[in-house]
Amino acid sequence: MREIKIFIVVAFFTGIIYWGVEPFAHSQMHAHVESGNFEYKELKEVKAGNAKHGEELVMSNCTACHAISAKGMAAPMDAVTSAATYGVNPPDLSNAGGIYDAKFLAAFIADPAKATNTSHKFVGGKMHPMPAYNWMPESDIADMVAFLKSMAKEDITPKEVFTDACGRCHAVRYDNKVMGEKWTQIGQKPKFKYEKESLAYDIKVIDYQDALAKYMGKLPPDLSMIIRARGEHFLKTFIEDPQSQLHGTAMPAVGLSEEGFHKVMKHLENVGDPSKEARSHYGQYFMLFAIIFAILAFIWKQAVWRKLH
Amino acid sequence: MSDNTNRREAMAGMALGACAAVGGVYALAGMKSAWDPLPSVKAAGTTSVDLSTAEENVLYTEKWRGKPVFILKKTAGMLAKQSNNDKKRDLIINGSSYLVCVGLCTHLGCIPSYKAESEDFLCACHGATYDISAINTKAPAPLPMLIPPFKINGNTLILGEAGDEYNKMKEAGVLGKTPLDPKA
Amino acid sequence: MAHFDENAKPFSEQWLDDRLGVRTLKKVLAKEYWIPKDINFLWAMGMLLAITFGILIITGIILLMHYKPDTALAFDSVNYTIMQEVGFGWLFRHMHGVAASVVFLLIYIHMFTGIYYGSYKRGREMIWLSGMLLFVTFSAEAFSGYMLPWGQMSYWAGMVITNIFELGSLEFTGLVEWIRGDYVPGDAFLTRFFMLHVFLLPLAIIGIIVLHFGTLRIPHVNNQEGEEIDYNAEAEKYLAGDTAGSKVIRFEWDFLSKDIMVLGFFLIFFFYLVFFHYDFALDPVNFDPADGLKTPAHIYPEWYFLWSYEILRPFDKDIGLMAFGFAQGIFLALPFLDRSPNTKPAHKRGLFFIWFWVMVIDLIVLSVMGKVPPIEPFGSIGFYSAILFFVLWIALPIITMMEKKVK
Repeated sequence: MREIKIFIVVAFFTGIIYWGVEPFAHSQMHAHVESGNFEYKELKEVKAGNAKHGEELVMSNCTACHAISAKGMAAPMDAVTSAATYGVNPPDLSNAGGIYDAKFLAAFIADPAKATNTSHKFVGGKMHPMPAYNWMPESDIADMVAFLKSMAKEDITPKEVFTDACGRCHAVRYDNKVMGEKWTQIGQKPKFKYEKESLAYDIKVIDYQDALAKYMGKLPPDLSMIIRARGEHFLKTFIEDPQSQLHGTAMPAVGLSEEGFHKVMKHLENVGDPSKEARSHYGQYFMLFAIIFAILAFIWKQAVWRKLH
Repeated sequence: MSDNTNRREAMAGMALGACAAVGGVYALAGMKSAWDPLPSVKAAGTTSVDLSTAEENVLYTEKWRGKPVFILKKTAGMLAKQSNNDKKRDLIINGSSYLVCVGLCTHLGCIPSYKAESEDFLCACHGATYDISAINTKAPAPLPMLIPPFKINGNTLILGEAGDEYNKMKEAGVLGKTPLDPKA
Repeated sequence: MAHFDENAKPFSEQWLDDRLGVRTLKKVLAKEYWIPKDINFLWAMGMLLAITFGILIITGIILLMHYKPDTALAFDSVNYTIMQEVGFGWLFRHMHGVAASVVFLLIYIHMFTGIYYGSYKRGREMIWLSGMLLFVTFSAEAFSGYMLPWGQMSYWAGMVITNIFELGSLEFTGLVEWIRGDYVPGDAFLTRFFMLHVFLLPLAIIGIIVLHFGTLRIPHVNNQEGEEIDYNAEAEKYLAGDTAGSKVIRFEWDFLSKDIMVLGFFLIFFFYLVFFHYDFALDPVNFDPADGLKTPAHIYPEWYFLWSYEILRPFDKDIGLMAFGFAQGIFLALPFLDRSPNTKPAHKRGLFFIWFWVMVIDLIVLSVMGKVPPIEPFGSIGFYSAILFFVLWIALPIITMMEKKVK
């Protein structure tokens, strides 16, 4: 009857406004970028290598800059000094084999700037802080990758993946038990009893950030709310290939495997949107309540209006 | 208007009212949650104190839940002079005896000052005094200074958690919630 | 001295009636507040608006307990403390943000229902004017509220909208700085908009709502045919028992029962948005903390301001500002620009029916164009749509003067 027709008209125009202002307008603002699903199709396959030989190679070639806590090798310098020297703190390699794609690891060891798509930064005499190992035979690189994979532990937590892959450039102030004991580029800020110690730590963080900003061109942003500021699709395509979303960016392609990526997303969700599960959970109950309320209201209205028709 | 219609109306109305009331109750419960102390506030409810370098007869003041807590390592001389009630209020941490109490006068809440020469406390506001175990010795203080929940971990004192020693003191009635005779 | 029944028990109906006139109040406001029967569900928008405003106030009160109006603390007080620490804080924030957006959908439906059925005409001008005042105050309230999370959109919207007060070639930079309390939107700006959002504007809104209800009382609510009802005669019929034949119904519970039913369906829609589909109201760009040294790639106002924004955009500075000013005020003049003698629904008013739908479509096109980047063809479409807006208003007196009286 008439009221249904009126409702359809109202719903139709509301729908048009919604479509125009949301999906349509946003498609005009951002070109759609397809995801490669972390298959790294363009990278060369890596043959299975000899992990034992790989261990020798890694120990002799990498530990000058990289810590390997799983093998008892401490970092040669503290984070702040590393940043001052290289621009960024070289990561601990213990879990690298379980986080990054094997093809990427091989390509990265061979030529870091090329694999991370950051060659555009290293011009005019500037060099990537990590040297290229493309003088090594491919089998040697394959051996090193095999070693890294064998060394990585089974259950790497989302936070551990984030720490290795992202945490040396990105702070996360919401990653804390209480506000203040946050994730910084030099580690989780501990609880300090005395203000002086807390400030001393903050100064170390600032020193690190200054060196990092100089190396990157700009300080990489705090990622606390990035999960809601950008959304899953953008982050997926951006992390896989930063140049695809922000051409010319200084952020390197980090070579996360698909599993590594999902764990990073989980961590970002934990720090930026922990109410996600609660939303779907309570949403069901609220919708159910509203439906019951509407049905009962309808029945009551019918009863009241019986005498009026 | 028929009675049936009236009754149908009333029943439907009451069903709707009940549904709305249920929703209202849950809404109020949700709003009450929003008033609850935040997790970060509750987490700040315990404080750890390292006593490995504590000196005798020096009053240390720690902040716990916004309040001052007195910590005093007792000398052998103090231990020889003190009463039974005093002894019952001692915290034994790594072999030494300590006074640990909330540093607020039980009269009206001022912070008493410690007199090292006379080994007692004097509250400047209205003249109340307390002995070396913070048991009140002069009016207008009505009760001993309160011993907060505590736990002992080797050399570390944790304020805000009730350990075994605290529970024993509670059963013995020496925390300061009831009056104590300083001479007994 | 009024008459007091000595035997009345304290707080009984008689006792209260002697002192507060509750029986009369009940008659006038509920039992014998007569509403036409010939109405449809669109007449429930007023109640939905009141309820949504209530939701905004209650959720606002809870948010107010935890929000910190300081540029260094605001963003985290919302996105960490409220969203992650406060019990159900995320729910109250979502409800507040979604309700703030949905309230404008309701306002527009309510407004255009009034335009369609001629509910601004003869005798009802004050209802229309007080309603438009509510639109203006709600707009100010929404804008001030959007500043508070202090995200990128908050900052840059604040920058752009306060820049308008430079008034183009008049270059009132001093005025802009005075409004902001600083050279750029900063702490002073945030705290004063906090004051407006939490205190002054809600107070004004409540006052104007009371006025709006007051303006309804004498002319009565309109009906689907624009018929002038003899309320006394129809009320007598109803009270004599001919409830089916009477043209009027009681406010309580006849009208209210239908309102509440519409409310029930509305809540299903509302809660769906709150829990499952809220990006339109909680824009991702505002989850980046405000950065005065970096403008986001795309800045846009909330959807309900887009048509207005698009009227400003296509023109040169001064013309744009004049166009913008015109657009804000012209709806207020509607009762006086419509020269026809008919208080009838639009489908009985010939050319006005066409005018109405062209206006609706024009505003929708303006809204969409206001959101998309001003590249071609959107730039041109926006420009011509803005021109059409002015043509429509100039045409209105002419079209309506030509209307013949409809029986």
